[in-house]
Amino acid sequence: MAVEMEGAASPAAKRQPLSEGSEWTFELLDRYDHEIARVAAHYGLDTDPNQIEVITSEQMIDAYSSVGMPVGYHHWSYGKQFLSTHKSYKRGQMGLAYEIVINSNPCIAYLMEENTMTMQALVIAHAAYGHNSFFKGNYLFRTWTDAEGILDYLVFARNFIAECEQRHGEEAVEELLDSCHALMNLGVDRYKRPAKLSMAKEQARQAEREAYLQSQVNDLWRTLPTKQGAGRQQRAPRFPAEPQENLLYFIEKNAPRLEPWQREIVRIVRKIAQYFYPQRQTQVMNEGWATFWHYTLINHLYEEGKLTDGFMMEFLKSHTNVIYQPPFHSRFYSGINPYALGFAMFQDMRRICEHPTEEDRRWFPELAGSDWVKSLDFAMRNFKDESFVAQYLSPKLIRDLKLFAMVDDDREDKLEVTAIHDDAGYRRVRQLLAEHYNLGNREPNIQVYEVDVFGDRSLTLRHYMHDRRPLGESTPEMLRHVARLWGYAVRIESVDEGGAIQPDVAEG
Amino acid sequence: MSQLVDRRLSGKNRSAVNRQRFLRRFKAQIRKAAAEVVSGRKVADLERGEKISIPSKDLSEPSFHHGPGGRRNIVLPGNREFVTGDKVDRPDGGSGGQGEGGSPDGEGMDDFVFELSREEFMDYFFQDLALPDLVKKQLAAVPEVKKARAGFVSQGNPSSLHVVRSMKQAIGRRMAMAAGPRDALREAEEALEALVARGLGASPEAEALREEIEALKSRIAAVPFIDTWDLRYANRVDQPTPSSQAVMFCLLDVSGSMDQDRKNIAKRFFMLLHLFLTKSYERIDVVFIRHHTVAKEVEEEEFFSSRESGGTVASSALELMRDIILERYPSANWNIYAAQASDGDNWEDDSPRCRDLLVQSILPLTQYFAYVEIEAKEPQSLWHEYERVKAASPRFAMQRILTLEDIYPVFRELFRKKVA
Repeated sequence: MAVEMEGAASPAAKRQPLSEGSEWTFELLDRYDHEIARVAAHYGLDTDPNQIEVITSEQMIDAYSSVGMPVGYHHWSYGKQFLSTHKSYKRGQMGLAYEIVINSNPCIAYLMEENTMTMQALVIAHAAYGHNSFFKGNYLFRTWTDAEGILDYLVFARNFIAECEQRHGEEAVEELLDSCHALMNLGVDRYKRPAKLSMAKEQARQAEREAYLQSQVNDLWRTLPTKQGAGRQQRAPRFPAEPQENLLYFIEKNAPRLEPWQREIVRIVRKIAQYFYPQRQTQVMNEGWATFWHYTLINHLYEEGKLTDGFMMEFLKSHTNVIYQPPFHSRFYSGINPYALGFAMFQDMRRICEHPTEEDRRWFPELAGSDWVKSLDFAMRNFKDESFVAQYLSPKLIRDLKLFAMVDDDREDKLEVTAIHDDAGYRRVRQLLAEHYNLGNREPNIQVYEVDVFGDRSLTLRHYMHDRRPLGESTPEMLRHVARLWGYAVRIESVDEGGAIQPDVAEG
Repeated sequence: MSQLVDRRLSGKNRSAVNRQRFLRRFKAQIRKAAAEVVSGRKVADLERGEKISIPSKDLSEPSFHHGPGGRRNIVLPGNREFVTGDKVDRPDGGSGGQGEGGSPDGEGMDDFVFELSREEFMDYFFQDLALPDLVKKQLAAVPEVKKARAGFVSQGNPSSLHVVRSMKQAIGRRMAMAAGPRDALREAEEALEALVARGLGASPEAEALREEIEALKSRIAAVPFIDTWDLRYANRVDQPTPSSQAVMFCLLDVSGSMDQDRKNIAKRFFMLLHLFLTKSYERIDVVFIRHHTVAKEVEEEEFFSSRESGGTVASSALELMRDIILERYPSANWNIYAAQASDGDNWEDDSPRCRDLLVQSILPLTQYFAYVEIEAKEPQSLWHEYERVKAASPRFAMQRILTLEDIYPVFRELFRKKVA
């Protein structure tokens, strides 16, 4: 990693640090924020307004367990999260993360009371300017989430669910939420753009929707009693006509036995899943971007003489902790650290822009020698993890990280190394790593295939297999969850890449 | 421009509801884990929270995911010696070189561990014993307190306003606030008198002095008679009610027929009795006496763990208890409670002797003596003799216990007496 300390040689007399000690005060936070904002503007970072909230560690654990949502409905799974976070924090097994930042407008960033001034400055640069500009600029967030409406929508959701608990009992709501949460990953539109959310509109439309939905559902099933077997002969067109990828949406609109309030809850879970979907697709980029900017902004301030050497030592220590990538054989290894990969990539791109080698010119003719601020901004706006890695992972970085690819095929006895960091392997490593970030490959591709409208009303799901990978052992339990929502029998069949249906048909 | 907000004082414990939901949802598992914990605890060590561990597979949140098999491509960092085309053995655990290390403190990764608070833990303890709610409440309650006077404070509710103190305070404040102007007034008046004496009563200086005097007088008058910060309130603090000391004797039969299950029931019984006593007495000593043919005073660890073979002579324990009372716990200073647990086996000839010991030397000294017979098939000689004791003394209670739920009725007796 290129360490930027060129400015460090500036004479001590020139230094006028913002603060000396490690204690923070609100005035100091304000001054640091001012300075960081000034430098961020200098680099052209475009951000939403920030709301920086100072909280205690207990509140941070609270925020953790509700997946960072400032307002959440009640569910035992958040309690479970709370208990485990609380325990590991108390035992000192884990420091709480620097920060939680919420993609809303204003963008809310939490600072922990216990942090030193250095850490607070780092968090401000990381969250309030790094993440914030990413949320505002990246195309996925621009299309799929609405920073203006999310807080209102969460308030609406919590109130609605609390009301349902009073009317229908906690247990009934909990069961429903369990099933919805299980299907959360299959509750997103991958290609359709969702409508904007807002509290006022939601409330107004909710009643309307209740009545309308119920009438639609009734309509779909109405033909049933009159036909009685006659429909069996003339095979009606398959319903749905096309396979549907959004299971929760399909259930919300078509499940025959759900009551209106249940449909609304399915919808709430689906909307929240959709809101988090871009974050799941841009983890490397998002964290890499924020880390790159806290590093760049803080270093810039140091070069201006606004920070002490002690500050920088502490800063660099936590910075290096965050971007540590243990090798695969280490017992600390748990996958590729998104902070490390993202930071290294942005840092490497800047290097390619500023000091390109002959190899870089061959691989990145457009990037080499260009204005790094503009090029990085372009990358941040127009990519997600998968395409970002496919586009920008350089041979030098593959060498630095010593990346290699293996294939684990259940038809072979042994694992095979298919590519390493050499000329023959760069492209393959890059392509495989990019695929690794494709959520479509990582999670099973399951779609609604058919409903037996005129028969037993059963629902058939299809799992379109990728690389012959089967479903895991949780499948029967998952089918029970789907069946609970659908109200009738649910079965799943796996279809391999040739189009043949696999024999392992499970039912729930 | 960013906005800084201090949220430290608002909204703690936002997860409290979710925590309750979690506990409710996994009641069965937690209860099982809590029961195991109770078996591992000391008799006098019930009232604190506990780490509870339940298998994490019970509380997983499922999702569709891939199982093992098929063809998987993996990209890993930190290559050392591999070149393209190398074949490597599949590591245990499957996924390309990954493998979770065990956790350093020896807790399995498969367990979900968390802390129960004292109240929550007690709740689970009571559930097993089928206690009525009222009793649970009494047991879980904190010791009784009495209000005691503790000086005066500047904040309080109106009913504890102390008038005399407040007035005193007001007088002091009025004097202090008016002191400056009053001095100035006196000086001005003296100056005016001097002027008048010199016949300059109508001069501009005299006019100015008169105006000043007026101003000072109105300033003095404007000092409020009583103000909010004069108010003083009587302060009262909680003081625990004085309570005396008690000693609890645990008598356990450790002959061959008492197996671990029976001992566990006996342990619950002792724990509950101890808990009852802690509500009434500030200091409690516990004496453990185990016996088969001979009795011995032991430490708690030994008390529950040891198992002897051979016959039973219950009177040996009673004799030892009597001796200990006479030696260490004079009944004038101590409230003496005893709980005896046995499976009912005793030497035929010994039982009448037990009765005599109880009636003549032990019961007169004790507050209460409870006898439980655990999982006995038929009432035996000891039981019959004790029935005669029970008829003779209201301080004696006896009960046959088959399951944990049977423990409570013994305490109901004891409890009724307390309430009355």
